[in-house]
Amino acid sequence: MLSPQAIEKIDYELTKYPADQRQAAVMSALRIVQTERGWLSKESITEIAQYLRMPEIAAMEVASFYNMYDLSPVGKYKITICTNISCMLRDSDEIVNHLKAKLGVGFNEVTPDGKFCLKEGECMGCCGGAPLMHVNNTDMHEFLTVEKVDAIIEELK
Amino acid sequence: MATSKSAVDKTALHKPVVMTDLKGQTLVTLRTLTEENPASLETYIKLGGYSALKRIVTEKTKATDIITEVKTSGLRGRGGAGFPTGLKWSFMPRYFDGVKYLVCNSDEGEPGTFKDRDIIRYNPHQLIEGMAIAAYTLGARVGYNYIHGEIWQDYEIFEAALHEAKAAGYLGENILGSNFNFDLYAVHGYGAYICGEETALIESIEGKKGQPRFKPPFPASYGVFGKPTNVNNTESYTSIPWILEHGGQAFADLGVPNSGGTKLFSVSGHVEKPGNYEVKMGTPFNELLELAGGVWKGRKLKAVIPGGPSTPVMPAEAIMAATMDYEGLSKARSSLGAGSMIVMDETTCMVKALHRLSYFFYEESCGQCTPCREGTGWVYRVIDRIVNGKGKMEDLDLLTDVSNNIAGRTICALGEAAATPVLSFIKHFRPEFEYYIQHGKSMVESQ
Repeated sequence: MLSPQAIEKIDYELTKYPADQRQAAVMSALRIVQTERGWLSKESITEIAQYLRMPEIAAMEVASFYNMYDLSPVGKYKITICTNISCMLRDSDEIVNHLKAKLGVGFNEVTPDGKFCLKEGECMGCCGGAPLMHVNNTDMHEFLTVEKVDAIIEELK
Repeated sequence: MATSKSAVDKTALHKPVVMTDLKGQTLVTLRTLTEENPASLETYIKLGGYSALKRIVTEKTKATDIITEVKTSGLRGRGGAGFPTGLKWSFMPRYFDGVKYLVCNSDEGEPGTFKDRDIIRYNPHQLIEGMAIAAYTLGARVGYNYIHGEIWQDYEIFEAALHEAKAAGYLGENILGSNFNFDLYAVHGYGAYICGEETALIESIEGKKGQPRFKPPFPASYGVFGKPTNVNNTESYTSIPWILEHGGQAFADLGVPNSGGTKLFSVSGHVEKPGNYEVKMGTPFNELLELAGGVWKGRKLKAVIPGGPSTPVMPAEAIMAATMDYEGLSKARSSLGAGSMIVMDETTCMVKALHRLSYFFYEESCGQCTPCREGTGWVYRVIDRIVNGKGKMEDLDLLTDVSNNIAGRTICALGEAAATPVLSFIKHFRPEFEYYIQHGKSMVESQ
């Protein structure tokens, strides 16, 4: 069941659209529930679809189309690192290799303690701060160096 | 929790990386950056903000007069297509029995493009005012600013600015005591480059997967929830208040013929000071490069992608001779695009650069049109085998052939966007590709 907190947030998003267009809030609703539960299970998506009175398959289509929704567990901290051209030109590969070695995981893998998951991201539209990464879809860290990455991981541990 | 909390420099995020004003240039879209708290309502009002909106709603300026002013300004769509904004506005039906919508496209995600983010986090009120003026002009009752989900902290800054503007009477019912009503909301994407295409963006606002619609009908007749909708880029809307404060001609005079105003250039890659630079249209590339601190590490310039990967790459000598405006770059056989300059120094392997770009388009193709869905996969796999030392000389013709069969055969422009880097990289740097195929390794990295 959706939590009262999640429902309150979804209801706020619903105020942005005409009353007969509840489906429009699905992008936000998926984000809100994912933030609360860590990832989106089939059950979570069903609950959202029911609340927005839309077909489950339509909610699933959205959840699987946009790459910031996670349809499997991603651990406590999902680290998404951009490797696109502007980041690549500023040595994002070095940051990727460092993170893989430090966490002992490859892309799309979760550390055994369930703490960290590493993802390769596409362009995040912040290329002036390259190389960069996201933590849990919200905290952007720019101008990364190996030392800075170490400090960020240390803080999350 | 470690004690070294201060070791993480989070301030870098909110420090303006924007540099400009080299020669007393006039700032339009980032004018608040000269101030201490650029994003605040107080700052914006101090700089004359919301005065254009106030004048228009008080004097009940005629919509046609505003459109004429915007046409005079020479403002062209800043999202990449460069379509004249005033002309686009004139496509909206004047009389419509129902709600008309206004949409702002802040869904940056083409590699190298990050200008709208700085408007949203440093000058949100000018964007809000620009949208309110557009809504008044076009008779739109509701507006959405669609911001890509990756810049969540900036989304929250914008949403806070919306609440601030509403509380101050610049949004909502009876704006500034007039009978003009306009509700503006922030909505977000969640990781899909294709939603930068305006009809995919509209689908996404409606809570659907972002697959572009077949056109016509265009959004002006069938947009959000099937209603007439005007879609412009963030930087375009943000230019509007300045145009109405100073007059369309003053804006046009900032630039060069057919390219009015200033433009934000996002400079990334191999420069000393990457960031956004607001300069006048028609600025020579070498001046812009100088503003960005020049090529990093004292190295030589090799190539520049001037407007995001959907615009053709330019070798150093071509770009060094070019001016930064629509005609200047089209004369140089490329395009201004969104002004997203990706700078590459002499150590860049063009085969590997194209390898990365082709993966991007393969990953981001929405899958709707067969030529794009299959073609981008083909292109990526062929370049991937070249990079892995398994390329054949025929592969270069194959890449050209596949790319030519994507471009022009799809519903939206992603097809062309995917084909452009392939065709232009091979055209300008063919010997590097041939070397890689013959030797199984990079020419640049072997030197």
